[in-house]
Amino acid sequence: MSGATDAAAPENRIAVATQRQLIWWRFKKHKLAVFSAAVVLAFYMVAAFADFLAYAEPFDTQATRSYIPPQPIQWFDAEGNFRPHVFALKGKRDPRTFKLSYAPDPSDPRDLVLFAHGYQYHLFGLIPTDRHLLGLSHGSPQDAIFLLGTDQLGRDLWSRLILATRTSLTIGLVGVAMSLVLGVLLGGLSGLYGGTIDTVIQRVIEVLRSVPTIPLWMGLAAAVPNSWTPQQVYFSITIIISLIGWTELARVVRGRFLALREEDFITAAELAGASRMRIIFKHMVPSFLSHIIAAISLALPAMIISETTLSFLGLGLRPPAISWGVLLQDAQNLQTLGLAPWLLIAALPVIVVILAFNFLGDGLRDAADPYG
Amino acid sequence: MVDPILQVRDLHTHFFADEGVVRAVDGTSFDLYPGRTLGIVGESGCGKSVTARSILRIVERPGRIVSGQILLRRGDGSQIDLAAQSPDSAEMRTIRGGEIGLVFQEPMSSLSAFHTVGNQIIEAVRLHSKLSKKAARDRAIELLAMVGIPRPAQRVDAYSFELSGGLRQRVMIALALAAEPGILIADEPTTALDVTTQAQILDLIRRLQQERQLAVILITHDMGVIAEMADDVVVMYLGKEVEKGPVDTIFHAPRHPYTRSLLRSIPSVLARPRDRLATIAGSIPHPFARPKGCPFHPRCPDFMPGTCDRDFPKEVAIADRHSTACHLYAS
Amino acid sequence: MLTYLARRLVLALITTWAITVVTFIIMQLPPGDFVDAYVSQSSAMGSSISAAEADAMRQAYGLNQPFYIQYLKWMSFVARGELGLSFEYGRPVTEVIGDRLWLTIILSIGAILVTWGLALPIGIYSAVRQYSFGDYVFTFVGFIGLAIPNFLLALIIMYVGFRYFGLNVGGLFSAEYALAPWSFAKVWDLMEHLPIPVFILALAGTAQLVRIMRANLLDELRRPYVMTARARGLPEYRVILKYPVRAALNPFASTIGYLLPFMVSGSVIISVVLSLPTVGPLLLRSLLSQDMLLGSSIILLLGILTVIGTLLSDMLLMWIDPRIRLGRDT
Repeated sequence: MSGATDAAAPENRIAVATQRQLIWWRFKKHKLAVFSAAVVLAFYMVAAFADFLAYAEPFDTQATRSYIPPQPIQWFDAEGNFRPHVFALKGKRDPRTFKLSYAPDPSDPRDLVLFAHGYQYHLFGLIPTDRHLLGLSHGSPQDAIFLLGTDQLGRDLWSRLILATRTSLTIGLVGVAMSLVLGVLLGGLSGLYGGTIDTVIQRVIEVLRSVPTIPLWMGLAAAVPNSWTPQQVYFSITIIISLIGWTELARVVRGRFLALREEDFITAAELAGASRMRIIFKHMVPSFLSHIIAAISLALPAMIISETTLSFLGLGLRPPAISWGVLLQDAQNLQTLGLAPWLLIAALPVIVVILAFNFLGDGLRDAADPYG
Repeated sequence: MVDPILQVRDLHTHFFADEGVVRAVDGTSFDLYPGRTLGIVGESGCGKSVTARSILRIVERPGRIVSGQILLRRGDGSQIDLAAQSPDSAEMRTIRGGEIGLVFQEPMSSLSAFHTVGNQIIEAVRLHSKLSKKAARDRAIELLAMVGIPRPAQRVDAYSFELSGGLRQRVMIALALAAEPGILIADEPTTALDVTTQAQILDLIRRLQQERQLAVILITHDMGVIAEMADDVVVMYLGKEVEKGPVDTIFHAPRHPYTRSLLRSIPSVLARPRDRLATIAGSIPHPFARPKGCPFHPRCPDFMPGTCDRDFPKEVAIADRHSTACHLYAS
Repeated sequence: MLTYLARRLVLALITTWAITVVTFIIMQLPPGDFVDAYVSQSSAMGSSISAAEADAMRQAYGLNQPFYIQYLKWMSFVARGELGLSFEYGRPVTEVIGDRLWLTIILSIGAILVTWGLALPIGIYSAVRQYSFGDYVFTFVGFIGLAIPNFLLALIIMYVGFRYFGLNVGGLFSAEYALAPWSFAKVWDLMEHLPIPVFILALAGTAQLVRIMRANLLDELRRPYVMTARARGLPEYRVILKYPVRAALNPFASTIGYLLPFMVSGSVIISVVLSLPTVGPLLLRSLLSQDMLLGSSIILLLGILTVIGTLLSDMLLMWIDPRIRLGRDT
């Protein structure tokens, strides 16, 4: 018996595989998508351990540290031994231009220490700790480590970038979650009931899609009062960007519902007397879950772009909140860029994560149709 | 008998996919005569359509003709080997449509929805003649009338989606004959049509054949159509030619077990109600997993272990112009 | 055909109406009404307005009446082309916007034309030569184009231009023409400044459209009518250009419906970064300074422009698709 099944293995493997296995197999074939999944995961790990990975208090301002260019880590000491350290910086003011320039002071090396003590924070918002991945043997890290340099107020760009990652990535997630609720609800209603409800919802979507979104967002975002706390602003910006994102998800959900309604196994379940709820949750939802996941991973980068754009314009998150857009806002004009081009570094994670999400979403979408 | 207008000699057309090589056509030979109809019959995927496309040199990548000859006798009496031509050559383009016309099985999607029927016919007419626009249009109307389309002068400006399936197939025939080719290849011309329309289209093809001494290759999976239309028959299975001969011989004295199974599976009006229709055991193997030896052996009722699963049978002549490739008849 | 046209028209009207409502809501969202803003503006400028005068203004604008009456009043003003006063500039909104609206339109339309001009041949090439080296290159560049937000691209190009070529890529006019009246020389100056912003704006759209065109054409190339055209003896390039490309052009043309809002949105952003004299920077400034009459007017104008553009593209689609023209709904 078992021998016979083994003989026909290659074909049977596909025939008996569950939907999930098939999707996984197809997805694994997309090397780029798998790699992108790893990149996305890494970004979210950074977001989860943001404070741990930062070494300097991101809000700590200091005029004497203004616009320090990135400083490399010295891996070897003068004798050629492996001993990672940084040099303390000496600021010198040009007597004529009054411009501060910085030079490393080789006489003052400071050793880098792993798992060092630094500023206080709550890991995952719960566990109070002061451990950080990087620290110094003596002196405070924000005075000596400048992996990516500092901004005008002397805040450490590396630490701010790490914390911005957390904000920008989570705002995308929350935004997508909200769009998803709206999209699944309205798309589902539209696809399930059809008729007038469908027509009305479809028209609403069409109207929304034919409106230029950015001016609208700008208008809505501008109406967020200045007096609101960063949390309130965060929440309202999320709502604003998810107002647009739901249409695409609703379209996908509706399309799947319409396609599934015609499927034989749904008819079979109906004839077997299954209740409507059972059919929806037991039969329909599992069979389009993969499409939803693919649509989400394509919606997320759009959300991140929206937040970054709004914050960049000064209409989204506002300082003291830190997001990629807020960081890029500092790099808005040529004068600043000429003075401190390293501020543009915040563009890099934006581009990388959006590319990764796009590749991932493409791979998922292809894999979601395992028979197609 | 006159000389054949087209001779296909040991044609091999293979598809080179990532997963392996599909031998869509793997050794087919036949002769085609003016005024006669050659039927090529077999289940779907047996290489019938690829044979037709090979003749016109429009096999799509990754497929290509690997070996064999396709000898076309031209109007001036000379002979040209189509298999040796470059598919994109000007020579090949004058033959396509000009000397060999092709009718496809899907009249729904074989015409462009964005151009009028007339536009496409005029294009075909002008491609192979030096007629002016005006003359080509008159010719298009004439062609539409010839294939029995009512009100051709109006229909010439119609779009394909405004016509019924039967009319579209008539348009397709008009299109194939626009440059008055000597050969018409009809690839499942009636499969997508309902039964009465089928009969009308077949009548039309027969009438046009008689009027212009057309040589017709009729590709079908329907033994009924073969019986009605063909003079000679080639039976194909998985790219191999398994039996060929005059239509009467094939129907009354079939030799190859596959031909016999095909004939048994025709529904008959003489059958008793609720009789089960004979089917051929098993299904067509996956193209990448073609059985060794005679490809039909896993489904064959006369399977001889040790012989049929080892070598492909040689072609055996049974009678004049009747031959089969089966170990049962090996001398 | 008439039903199609009627449906499109009704939809356009509904969209316009929705835009006016949303604009009105945006205008009302900030705390206080615009008379408050006006009063504080005036007092900042030294002239004071008495409470009685303020009340009279509220009466005139109907600000103490229910929401829908205010909306209708505002609509009646808008319908007459009176968009009110900009508090920040102390001039009528229409005057402040001036040429900027036209420049926005030129920029957006230019970007759409470039998008099409690039996406069409690239899409055809990528589909016909699927999986070729060129196809991979275009796919890769396309992904990059999709991944970089408009404003970032503008920022990077501006920086690179400044840093490595010593160019200032911002603006649409050279300094000597910025305030000059329109002339041939000024138009020529505009033409010289237009390409960079237009290309930045067109990149993301081009990437999307190439993907659409490629996918559509790949679908069409497999259709039987391509084979029939080939079997007729047509040369390959004519087969492809006349039939499948023609068919793939339709969904392509219908993309203008969302391309236009996309371009208008993008133009606002990159205008801010590149400081182009379009309505973009004006919109941003008015919103930041809560000059709501100016801000919402710009939103309204951009919205209505988009609706008109979409309607025009629908008519174009109707004109090129015989199935719609002859009354077959697809």
